Amino acid sequence: MPPFVYIFLGALAIVSALGVVVQRNPIHSLLSLIGTLLTVALLFIAEDAVVVGFLQIIVYAGAIMVLFLFVIWLLNLQVETGPTGHLALKIFGWLGAALLVTELFFILAPPHLQVKFTHEPAGYGSLASLAGKLFTDYLVAFEVTSVLLLAAVVGAVALARRIPAAEEFRDVKEPEKIAS
Amino acid sequence: MTIELIAGAIKAILMIVLGLNLSLFLLYFERKGSALIQDRIGSNRVTITGLGKRMGMPNLGIINTTIADPVKMFTKEDFIPDGADKFLHTLAPFLALFPVLITFVVIPFGDTISIAGHHIGLEAANLNAGALYLLATLGLGVYGVALAGWASNSRWSLLGGIRATAQMISYELAMGLAIVSVIMTFGTLNLQEIVRGQSGVWFGFLPRWGIFVQPLAFILLLVAGAAESKRIPFDLPEGESELIQGYFTEYSGGKQAVFMLTDFAEQALLAMLITTFFLGGWQVPWLMRDGFHLPGGAFLAVPALVVSLLGIVAFLVKVVALCIFLGLVRWTLPRFRYDQLMRLGWKGLVPLGLFNVLLTAFVVVATGSVH
Repeated sequence: MPPFVYIFLGALAIVSALGVVVQRNPIHSLLSLIGTLLTVALLFIAEDAVVVGFLQIIVYAGAIMVLFLFVIWLLNLQVETGPTGHLALKIFGWLGAALLVTELFFILAPPHLQVKFTHEPAGYGSLASLAGKLFTDYLVAFEVTSVLLLAAVVGAVALARRIPAAEEFRDVKEPEKIAS
Repeated sequence: MTIELIAGAIKAILMIVLGLNLSLFLLYFERKGSALIQDRIGSNRVTITGLGKRMGMPNLGIINTTIADPVKMFTKEDFIPDGADKFLHTLAPFLALFPVLITFVVIPFGDTISIAGHHIGLEAANLNAGALYLLATLGLGVYGVALAGWASNSRWSLLGGIRATAQMISYELAMGLAIVSVIMTFGTLNLQEIVRGQSGVWFGFLPRWGIFVQPLAFILLLVAGAAESKRIPFDLPEGESELIQGYFTEYSGGKQAVFMLTDFAEQALLAMLITTFFLGGWQVPWLMRDGFHLPGGAFLAVPALVVSLLGIVAFLVKVVALCIFLGLVRWTLPRFRYDQLMRLGWKGLVPLGLFNVLLTAFVVVATGSVH
């Protein structure tokens, strides 16, 4: 990947990530988040991890963000009116944010920050190599994860199911009473 | 390298222009073809000079539908309702159109062609993960519609947008499963390779097209794709009797034209996808690289360049035929009810798709080969 592509996509990802936090309208934040996910997916693709990039678009940008959209609609989230509260709280908020940034900078600063451009072997990141890893080295983890997800889906359905109303119970039990 | 880049750009533009032109053809079919089906006259007013009329020719409505209609729409007032999100209201139609247009570039429309020593594959982007690219871009089509519904600040629009979103993510699953079984059959994600895998014949006469290997997946893709493009009988997001115009109730002028264009372009894209996956793409039955090998042993030699051109023509013929078929379906069937739509999607198509994938996996493993 040429460095300018990396810098361009990276900058785009950071700007849209900032947009997620800065904007007051939840739908606009959601759009920024989609932008972030898309640019990160493009970074993956530019790094030859083509399958991971496309899966990121299909799963995150294409499906999970739609769920986010539905949640925003369901909860009827409105435009935020801005931070409220005492001036001291705001000052402490800014201080905390500044501290976090400094901390992150010292953790991630050189030598970790140096970008290395390496050439990957042919076939790296292809579906064949990914599937090969997934179904040999990580088979158990992969299968267990899918069972876990299935359990989560069944649990969610069980929780969301409407509890039968009292009338429905009575309808079932009345014939028994008559019989006894 | 430079020549490849230029050729790629030209091919990409060609493909997008082809998609847009097919949309125009579909608009014509929508007006005049529907009139033919319903025994009406259809649009017949606009002429340039009135020359044909004076010569006693019937007005075919070509100028009406291909020039007058778009010009009318783009010169109308572009109205944004009060309280609407102006930015998203303007962005939404283009968010809907963009993913469809960029999907056209992976469709292979011909075999590799040799011009002046350069071998040019007749597909704008020969991606090894072409099928994944397809699913990714199709998945992004939801947002334009959903945000159009939300940004219009109208109940009808929002309901239409929610309906469209739920419908599209439901049928995307069935569509993905149909495509997965095709991928498993041909053992590749590359669309050009999938088309190449459909060359040759069975029993001496039957072309090895995907439809004969995966008939169930063909039906799944046809139905789910029609639902994805939100056309009758799946046009609940814009059901006039309930929602006025659904998610684009509050759109007028050029932006509404863009939504209509998206619908037609989606239909053209669906026709291209079905052609690529199931009808052999640019393959002409019994035509090999050197000529026709007709059933019964007859052989007809054809020059290489003509073979390539015949391939492009075959692709176009198949796509247009499918477009007309989709139009016929659209003007024949009544609209579903929403619960019927959801039941068909989740209880009909998705289990069938899963069954088909399982069956395909068994066959692929049992025969020890792909295809």
